[in-house]
Formats: sequence, C-alpha cells, structure tokens
Amino acid sequence: MTEFGGWNMPVYYSSIVDEHHAVRNHVGIFDISHMGQIEVSGPAANGWLNRILSNNVDRLAIGQGQYTFLLNDRGGVIDDLIVYRRHDNQFFLVVNAAKIEEDFVWMQKSLSGGVSVLNCSSLFAAIAIQGPRSAELMADLGELPTRNHIRDLKIAECSTMIARTGYTGEDGFELFFPGGLAPFIWNKLLDLGKPLGVRPCGLGSRDTLRIEVCYPLNGSDLSPDRTPLEAGLGSFVDLKKGEFIGREALCAQKKAGVRQRLSALRATEKSPPFRPHYPLFAGGERIGELTSGTQSPTLGVGIGLGYLDAEFARPGQKLEIEIRGRKYAADVEKKPLYKKSI
Amino acid sequence: MQVPDDLKYTESHEWVRSDGEIGTVGITDFAQDSLGDIVFLELPEAGTSFQQGETVGVVESVKTVSDILAPAGGEITEVNSALETSPQSVNKDPYGSGWLFRIRLANSDEIASLLSSSDYRAKVEK
Repeated sequence: MTEFGGWNMPVYYSSIVDEHHAVRNHVGIFDISHMGQIEVSGPAANGWLNRILSNNVDRLAIGQGQYTFLLNDRGGVIDDLIVYRRHDNQFFLVVNAAKIEEDFVWMQKSLSGGVSVLNCSSLFAAIAIQGPRSAELMADLGELPTRNHIRDLKIAECSTMIARTGYTGEDGFELFFPGGLAPFIWNKLLDLGKPLGVRPCGLGSRDTLRIEVCYPLNGSDLSPDRTPLEAGLGSFVDLKKGEFIGREALCAQKKAGVRQRLSALRATEKSPPFRPHYPLFAGGERIGELTSGTQSPTLGVGIGLGYLDAEFARPGQKLEIEIRGRKYAADVEKKPLYKKSI
Repeated sequence: MQVPDDLKYTESHEWVRSDGEIGTVGITDFAQDSLGDIVFLELPEAGTSFQQGETVGVVESVKTVSDILAPAGGEITEVNSALETSPQSVNKDPYGSGWLFRIRLANSDEIASLLSSSDYRAKVEK
C-alpha cells in the first residue's frame, strides 16, 4: 500500500507485471475513487469554462468529453483533466486527486455570474475497466459509450455514469457512482470478468501502462512551471478560441519557440529500470533528468520521460542515463513508446 | 512465508547456507514478496572481498531498489550468472535457483551471530 493524493492505495494486488500484461492482453480493473469530480453548470458555464480551460468546450456535443488543462497566468499546468458536456449548460470534470482543492479554489477565485461550481469528489467512487476485452466485460450491463463519450448506465437499478476513457492506452471505461456502491460494483465486475481473465490492478501497473503510452502524470511530468506546449500536448490547447487564462504566455512561447520538450526515452542496452530524477547526459554533459521512469513490462527495457533542450529532443538522439554512478545508453524515441498493433 | 530451518538470516532479509567454509547467499521469501517483480540485479564480481554488513549488490523490482548486504565477510567465489537473463528466479525460488552468490567465509563466527530461522520468522511475522 502507498499514500497517493491523500489516499491509501494498493501498489499491486498480485504483481505489477502480471497486472500490466492483463490490461495489455485481456482486461483489468482499477479503483480510481481518488480522482476528483467537479460539476460546472449555469447559463454562462460554457463561456466560463472556455476562459479557464485550454481546450475548446464549444467542440463538445452532449455526452462528449475532451482532455484539457487548467493553466496559471504563465501558461503552466495547475491540472490536467477531462471535461464532459452532460447537457447544454452542465459539465462534469474529472481531476487529479492531489489537485481537487487547488483546482476548486482556483475556479472559485475566477468565478463569474451565471456559473455554479460544485466539488462532488467525496460523493463519487470510480472504477476504471481497461484492456482489449473491457467492452466484452461490460456488454451485458447496457448500451456503452463510444470513445471519449459519457452516458448514464443503470447497474442493478443504481444510477452510474460510464465514460469510454482511460490512462492505459487500451480500450476501456471509467465508471462513476455513489461511494456506497463501490464494494458491490467492484465484485460484480470481477464476477463478470472472470471468464475473460480479469485482474484487479493497483497503482504500480497504472504507472507502467501510462508511461509506455507517454501519458503525463501531473506533479511529475506536468507542473506549474511547465506548459502544455513544452509537454508536447499542444493539440489540447486552442489558441484561436479567444481569451483564456495562460493564453498570452503560450502565444509568446509559441512565437519564441519552445526551448525544452518532454521527450520519451528508451534504453538501448541492458540497464536497471529507469526511475524519476535519474540524470541524463549527451556528449558527457548533463542535459536534464527523468520526470518519470520504469521498466517497461511490454518492451522489457528501461523507459522514461524527461524534459530535454529542443536540440536533443529529436527521435534518434543518443543519450546516456546515469544510474548509481554508471552510464547506460538510451535513445530519444517517438511518442508513444508502445503502440497497439491491431 | 517460507523460512527454511537449515539457513541463517540477517536483519536485512538475506539468507545464508553455510558448510563452515563457503556460504551461499540469497534474499528471503519475505524480501522477494515485499519487492514484487524483480527485473534487475547488480551482483559482485568473483574475487572481490567484503566485510560483514557491507553493500555487495543491488536488487531492483519494478516498484523499488534495495541493497544486498554481505551476511558475513569474505571473498566472493561464485555468482549466479543465470540471474542475468532470468532475475525472476529470485521471486519464484528464492532459496533455490534464485541464490545470488557464494562467499568464502573469513570468519565462521560471523555466521553463528546471525538470526536463526525461528528468530527470523518471529521478526517477519510480527
């Protein structure tokens, strides 16, 4: 067990590697009740969200979601989140556990008329169902949403919301429901998934899975001092939609050129697992450090993410990573490090 | 949790099987279970010498890094090279094919000072 965002959570149930493979090959379920939920509604909700979030909510049909950022004035990341349009003027935001309070306070501070913001994180439990067989597992429960969409789903007469999203690079769902139902739903999913080889999965495999597909972790790969442009996530920023917090800084950064980029690395020789904060070298000179790192269970080598000066951030660039005083060879790779071959 | 009776144990979760002259060393079932999936080992080279309690190597799981300490002083005579390609043997068979190295014991009294199986069992089952 480990402390994460104020929650006591299992790193693994049986084995990080077995849980990882279960999600890549079959299906796994994760307790993600630590995630926060914020509801935004009111006649001015649409316009207000477009002023505090980087992506453009105008593009969302009812039931559709998008990945987006809550930015500070410097264009730095306060949080990365998913916003769903539930109705014309009602939105559901899923935010990081460690940032619930900070996000909520930031939103309160920037609040304007015609908008109501409700932190309902303590009401919701959530479970992620991830893996190529997750749709099969969920099939008998009702009509399922399409990619990046959310809809209501009744499970044994209980109202839940189900989104087709995830943090693993596999097909999958995130199910939101009142906290009291958690044991019932958790056990039901394990029962339904038994013939499919379902496994309960912990934070350990959640991390190895997301690093393989280069999804950032806020607090490690994202911070108030790094912008989405530096993180290589500019496609979730709409600079043309009109004013929003952080826009000016991002426009200036785009014009001047992004100095550093979050890059994906992969060991090219046998090495210990990569871990956060290991220093990176090029031509004998220290050029940065890892923000995330692990041993990839799928690729069988050390992999990681780290910010590199633009001149070193190109795929194919040869680097060295220092582990306990010894340097190991690594290449900058195209993101993602792992891509499903269908 | 397996704690074989014919072995001696350290506070830092190594085991040693001694014939009075040579000690075979590994990490305990409790240690492998706490570490989880072991993916990398750094082991000493044959011919190098260590004092009791000195760091002789490193074991890494997906989750974490842990030092391996010499349960007794002496010269390394042999290293389990099979672990280079199958570090998971330490998880599967920590007292058998997952052994780490052999050491020529400089002082067999050091072995006597280690924990017995019942002492170690009491420690990990606390």
